[in-house]
Amino acid sequence: MWLGFGFNLIKIFYVSADVLRVLSATDSEPVVLFCCGAVRFLDSLLASPQQPIEDVLTEDEIIRWSTIIKAEHQLVILFSTEQRGEHCLYVQRFNPNTLMKHRFETEPGFSAPINFSATCRGSNIHLLYLYLNGSVYESVLPFRSSSTGAEVVQALSRSLCLSLPLGEEKLMSGAAVVLDEAHVAVVGFPHPSAGACKDYLCIWNTHFQTLQACKEMAGRIYSQLWCYSGKLYVPHGKMLSVIPFDCQKSSLAAAMGKQKCALVLSFVTYDVFFLLFLQNIKSALTVDQLIQHIKTSAVEDVQAEVGEFIRRTPQADLQLAAGRVALELVSRSQTDANFYPQCAFLLLLETRYLCYSVCPELLSLAMVKKDFHLCQIAFQIFSDIPEAVTCACLKTILSTPDLEMETVNLDTDSVIFMKELTRAQSRSDEEGGQLNGFCPPALESDVSDTPSNKLQRDPLALDTSCPVGLHKGALLNEVLQTAYSDRSLLPHLKDLTVPQVIVFLQYLRFLYFKYSHDAHKQIRALRTPSISQIIDWVCLLLDAHFTVLAVAPEAKRLVFDLHKFVRSQVKLYAELGKIEGSLQVLKNSKQSEDFGMYAIHVIELF
Amino acid sequence: MGEFKVHRVRFFDYMPSGIRALAFNQDTERMAVARMDGSVEVFHCSDRFFQEKIIPGREQFGIEGLSWVGERLFSAGLNGGITEYDLTNQKVKYTIDAYGGPIWTIAGNQQGTHLAVGCEDGTVKLFEVNEDNIQFERNLDRQKSRIVSLSWHPSGSKIAAGMMDMIQVFNVETGHSMHRMLADRGVGTSRSKECVVWSVVYLSDGTIITGDSVGMVKLWDDQTGTLIKSHNVTKCDVLALSVSQNEDSLVAGTSEGIVVQFQFVSMVLGKDDKEWVRTRTFRNHTHDIRAVAEITTAVVSGGMDAQLVVRPLLDKIEERSAASALRKIHFPHRRLVACARKSGLMLFQYPGHLELWRLGESEGKGIPGSSLFVKRNPEKLLHLKVKGEDHIRCSAVSPCGEWIVYSTASTLRLYRLHCDNNNISITKISKLPKVLSSANQLCFSSDSSHLFSASAQSSVHLVSISQSGCKFVGTLKPKSGSHQAIHLLAASEDGKWVASANSDHEVHIYNLQTRKAHCTVPIYSSAVTAMGIHPATNCLFMMHADQQMFEYSIEQKQYTDWSRTVQRKGLHRLWVERDTPCLNVMFNPQNPSHVILHDMYMLCIIDQSLPLPDDKTQFYNQLTLKSLTEEQRKSHSHAFKVCKTFKDILCVELMPDQSLVVVERPLEDIATQLPAPIKQKKFAT
Repeated sequence: MWLGFGFNLIKIFYVSADVLRVLSATDSEPVVLFCCGAVRFLDSLLASPQQPIEDVLTEDEIIRWSTIIKAEHQLVILFSTEQRGEHCLYVQRFNPNTLMKHRFETEPGFSAPINFSATCRGSNIHLLYLYLNGSVYESVLPFRSSSTGAEVVQALSRSLCLSLPLGEEKLMSGAAVVLDEAHVAVVGFPHPSAGACKDYLCIWNTHFQTLQACKEMAGRIYSQLWCYSGKLYVPHGKMLSVIPFDCQKSSLAAAMGKQKCALVLSFVTYDVFFLLFLQNIKSALTVDQLIQHIKTSAVEDVQAEVGEFIRRTPQADLQLAAGRVALELVSRSQTDANFYPQCAFLLLLETRYLCYSVCPELLSLAMVKKDFHLCQIAFQIFSDIPEAVTCACLKTILSTPDLEMETVNLDTDSVIFMKELTRAQSRSDEEGGQLNGFCPPALESDVSDTPSNKLQRDPLALDTSCPVGLHKGALLNEVLQTAYSDRSLLPHLKDLTVPQVIVFLQYLRFLYFKYSHDAHKQIRALRTPSISQIIDWVCLLLDAHFTVLAVAPEAKRLVFDLHKFVRSQVKLYAELGKIEGSLQVLKNSKQSEDFGMYAIHVIELF
Repeated sequence: MGEFKVHRVRFFDYMPSGIRALAFNQDTERMAVARMDGSVEVFHCSDRFFQEKIIPGREQFGIEGLSWVGERLFSAGLNGGITEYDLTNQKVKYTIDAYGGPIWTIAGNQQGTHLAVGCEDGTVKLFEVNEDNIQFERNLDRQKSRIVSLSWHPSGSKIAAGMMDMIQVFNVETGHSMHRMLADRGVGTSRSKECVVWSVVYLSDGTIITGDSVGMVKLWDDQTGTLIKSHNVTKCDVLALSVSQNEDSLVAGTSEGIVVQFQFVSMVLGKDDKEWVRTRTFRNHTHDIRAVAEITTAVVSGGMDAQLVVRPLLDKIEERSAASALRKIHFPHRRLVACARKSGLMLFQYPGHLELWRLGESEGKGIPGSSLFVKRNPEKLLHLKVKGEDHIRCSAVSPCGEWIVYSTASTLRLYRLHCDNNNISITKISKLPKVLSSANQLCFSSDSSHLFSASAQSSVHLVSISQSGCKFVGTLKPKSGSHQAIHLLAASEDGKWVASANSDHEVHIYNLQTRKAHCTVPIYSSAVTAMGIHPATNCLFMMHADQQMFEYSIEQKQYTDWSRTVQRKGLHRLWVERDTPCLNVMFNPQNPSHVILHDMYMLCIIDQSLPLPDDKTQFYNQLTLKSLTEEQRKSHSHAFKVCKTFKDILCVELMPDQSLVVVERPLEDIATQLPAPIKQKKFAT
């Protein structure tokens, strides 16, 4: 406040009541809040210091917290008071001057909100307040008061937006601050899985009630937390950490619950990194410099620089920088047809700091450039690819001719898996019999044809050659292993053309038959689609294209074979279920070995 | 540790008798159980349901009802008599005829002044309970059909009686019927069958609850004589009902073997208008449940399948303990098998006869886990029928195998066995000393020269036996203490000491040379279930119903250091939580530090030289030890070596040749010999 006057104390004004705080918002006149609850603009107060100050609050009502909010050139002062265990919120608006009083609903056992955070969103003030029992409530107050002079004190309508987990320790204090409409930063409450230690900064997603990010802070946290212009300020121990943050929209992946356990942190909605106050880490090339270079330099130079940058930059910084670099690389590649730094993309992917949400254009760019290697790596690393993009990629893969595909350099492990899979088939063909095969008895009743016809119709002996090339198969395997939700995937699957569907279904049938023969179990590979993933995709594909498949003559045989095979498997399992019962009886009878009335045994005790 | 040759014996065809009636005494926490064979047993509910007292039955002595009056126990049966039991000496005190034909039910009022019995001739007879007998007072109004069940109103002024097709409420004062309530017969074909009101319960608020042969549990109002509510519990009979002490819970046992619980709860939370609601169903029986009783924390049920099931009500138990586990009591907590160790004979005690068997012999050696070739099969030497109608109370065979003794409630018989070249003959020893008229427990000295006979007033008679005859030597009497019957005797190997344990948990030790009481072991709160005197150290090893163990040095008259260590360190949780008592304590002469124990499920060798397990150590570690090398075993082994190879064990005995005899009675075998249960539709049969 003294800045306007310089650092020299020029003049002392005596006013007629105790001043509590002088509040100011950027680009607006400072406001003086008196202990008695009255409010004056500083200028008007200085103009006549001895003006009478009215008592707004009753005698033993004390202001606990106050803040000022400015939006749309409108100032609002909020302050909360306590009077004999009752807590109230006052909202002071200007032009016209109105003062509204609201009462906080009491929480049994936890009467007082311990921390407030107010933000302005749209034409409302969102007031977030925290109770010691871990409940975070939100109340929405209109910016402009609708009713004037309503004397009745109303209870503040509120909605529970978060229930923080409580540890075993009794909590004394805590603080929460709103980051954006979906995210709240909390200190003073224990990390849900880190045990009793409560010195964590946790960022919660209020939409999905999930912990988005957390950071352990060295030293004790003082249950204080501020947020100004995109930075979080957390005092802890003898330090003040300033944490720039960047909230991205909550991704669809998180919403659909695709981020299953353990992946919460690797999926970086925020790039949160921590800078100690007054401490700077120097790197060979700062992010900003690199980004400038990317805009202009040649492909080779850029690739070298990116490689160097990744090597030299500390992990924490890289996490934030990787996304920016990738975005810049993609945007140049999109404008400059000759610019495509594949190596740089691969290096960035290998850092594992990229995900689909960070750089959504990367995958489509790779598809346009037919860079299937990059696609494959992205499929393996990104766990949040939207279903629409998955389908688009699938379409591209299916429509690319096998010949073109075979020239692509792919992840060797996946190619070896495909080689083994097709080899196992040819070997069993050579042997002239079925490896580990069985002849489902149920088929006999189904097929009333002649024996020769039956032999021909045996789905196990029929058409088990791989319908696609090795590389295409390897890429399709990656698609099969992506996360998706049925409902979102189904509409996009309908975009596939009939020939694409048939090829894909043939391939799935090939996998399914192979898997039923246990062939895959002999192959050592890191990433293989599971039988349930295969069956799910078969179901989805049939679901999406059932009418088409039913009328398309070339698909008839395929669907018929699948149907028959599945039916025989169902019957087989039914039979196995019966056998299981008998085996159980055998097992039981074995346990009570019958030796008649008398036996002489030898036992040993140790 | 070592290998043992085990004679695994399954030819003891012991058949437990079905349970007919239960009576719970809230004050003493004792559960009285009457069985089909006329025997009555008393279990101590707060001492791990230890079977404290057994009063053997008689032929043709069916009990239909049991009732406590204070601490006195009465029964009545189809022979038309009312019997009072002498629980101190564990025998029948007297039986008087009610002169009303077979008695179907007996009930004592809460005031402890009167007993009511329901007779075949349709009368309810009231008996006044006097100091040491009961006296007929009068009949209530005679009815046309038999009285099947009775229940007193807690005030003692009204009695509800269940009959064929109806329930009568009597005013005790006038003897007149106040209400007659008709029980509906079943529908369809069972319409022609009478509805038997098997069980009736009279609550203090005037509600009468009945269970009948139609499968209904019905609630009646005694003011108006009307039906309040009926619950269809089963398609067959509801045979037994029991209400909890505070009348908020009722259990019903059915002939399908299920127990159904009803609770008196308010239908709207916080409101007072309560209703009886069917809440839980317990299925622990395969056959008819003839008796149920709700005790403080559990439902006890018994029936034709002869097992006593204690099903804890978990809502009434605050912490997990031995009391919170389901308990099934299959076998008596007494030894029914005696072994003549020196001659390899076994004596099996059946209710009405004794069987003497000679163990078989094996040939060659075998690796652990294998079974040996049986060179000679076991042989039944003797089948000795009891004279008279009384069932055997106790029996013994002398270590040398020459003497067999048994006692019923009325007689004691001693036989001498002659055994030359497969010719077996026995002679009854006549002219027994008068003191040997009956015994509560019998035991031979280790050199077979003396017989110890536990008698009335906790005394032990000492009789010398020889070829020439049988001579009374003296009576060992405790200096003081209770007069409860002795249920365990243990004689020392050197013939110097004998120890007796009675059902007041007193253990007295007598010096046989002076024939005087030597000392009394400090009384422990739980009953002694087994004891033995160590042949080398003369220490008395005692097992208690709460699974604690004590070792008491007779010579020093104090607990041994090992025993103190055990008490200080505490026993392993898994040991203490076992739910059957140890029934025998044996010692291995070749390894003095070994104590051999067994219960129904396991055989355990305690090596006193090894460290005791604490709660962190793996208790059942035999499989682990088996997989380790000799060296590693040393660091992993602890004192308790438990063998769970055998199950449903009735007896384990160590023979002089280091072989073990394990007498098993598989429960499946018992189940196959039970009468067929009610035909029930079972899935997939």
